[in-house]
Amino acid sequence: MIRVVLPTHLRTLAGVDGEVALDVDGHPTQRTVLDALEASYPTLRGTIRDHGTAKRRDFIRFFACGQDVTLESPDHPLPEQVASGNEPFRVIAAMAGG
Amino acid sequence: MSEVRLLVGTRKGAFVLTSDGKRDDWSVEGPLFAGWEMYHLKASPADPNRMYASQSTGWHGQVVQRSDDGGKTWEPVGNELTYDGVPGTHQWYDGTQHPWEFARIWHLEPSLDDPDTVYAGVEDAALFRSTDGGQHWQELSGLRGHESGENWQPGAGGLCLHTILINPDDPNRIVVAISAAGAFRTDDGGETWRPINKGLRSRELPDEEREVGHCVHRIAMNPSRPDTLFMQKHWHVMRSDDAGDSWQKVSGNLPSDFGFPIAVHPHEPETVYVVPIESDSEHVPPEGKLRVYRSRSGGNEWEALTNGLPQEHCYVNVLRDAMDVDDLDPGGVYFGTTGGQVYASPDGGDTWTAIVHDLPSVLSVEAQTLQ
Repeated sequence: MIRVVLPTHLRTLAGVDGEVALDVDGHPTQRTVLDALEASYPTLRGTIRDHGTAKRRDFIRFFACGQDVTLESPDHPLPEQVASGNEPFRVIAAMAGG
Repeated sequence: MSEVRLLVGTRKGAFVLTSDGKRDDWSVEGPLFAGWEMYHLKASPADPNRMYASQSTGWHGQVVQRSDDGGKTWEPVGNELTYDGVPGTHQWYDGTQHPWEFARIWHLEPSLDDPDTVYAGVEDAALFRSTDGGQHWQELSGLRGHESGENWQPGAGGLCLHTILINPDDPNRIVVAISAAGAFRTDDGGETWRPINKGLRSRELPDEEREVGHCVHRIAMNPSRPDTLFMQKHWHVMRSDDAGDSWQKVSGNLPSDFGFPIAVHPHEPETVYVVPIESDSEHVPPEGKLRVYRSRSGGNEWEALTNGLPQEHCYVNVLRDAMDVDDLDPGGVYFGTTGGQVYASPDGGDTWTAIVHDLPSVLSVEAQTLQ
């Protein structure tokens, strides 16, 4: 079971209060986690990555085990601690003004 | 018992202001979608309980919300608005070509007779339509595919399609306006489009009277006379009596003919409202006085409406989608400001009252009349 922490606006949009738990086949990657997230919560499609291209939106970052993994390949395996569910995969809305 | 609902979009959420037909006692509900930019909300003329809302942020992009119970509850619907085919390029601020990129929905215009059909005007400028209540969207690409498309250039607020007017006598006739490309019309339900900018002059352009490139800020009409259009351009207030085939300047005695919103009285097709702004470089009311100007002669002769509006130290703006009228008699007029005030006039503009003073900056105001 993969744990995912969403930023406030996306928790509201998805209608969840805390973390999200997802089943992901195989060793999780950014891509497979986000695929599973969007499959479970279709209202999140387009809010983390673009429709079609799956390109990450500019002000979104991904963290795992305290490390910024945003710029790693979306197909790079996430840390074992995330795969085992001991640590969450964090979707972060980058700090910016406004 | 009649009722008026104002659907107010702001930079940090949406608000619903409700009153009975007297329009002197308002309830305020909100914020809905707190923290999100709510560019526009509008109810279906065919089903007053069906509403659509454009919700966006720079972080998470575009979401479209729909309500089927008059705004009590909302559900996200489709937000995949993909340009038809290869998007191509348009002109950028510096004259170079720039890829067409979707940014947000500026305006949602529900069909006049089908609650499931709704049009979306977007940035970068294009017109989309959904026929299934917002679940799926298709571009009406004949507009962006017009031969002038690659020469369209953004205004300061972006290359936005902000005005969608459906002709009630012939719903296949639709007028749209784009900053800063100009006005366009289809007579075949959106398949083909042509520019309708004859008579517009923009001194910012190398050729002042060119076919496209005019920064049209807003167009309004009275549904009883749908081929008479009133336009607030970057500079100049204009009118057309032939569905946009030709335009005449009607700025007359306005203290400034720069502004953003324009509205037409619900029962008097020659009564028009604008909010003059100092200039394109100073988006504030002239002399620090917030004045709506009303013409009862279809333009040229304008009177200042000030009763109840701040007449000193006022430096707010009124954005293009932030003024509307209701359908009651006497007709009500409403507008919201970048300072967060929403003003109401239940008597056609003679007197004004602030319903609220301190909302986030107001992006849009839609008046919904419930009879």
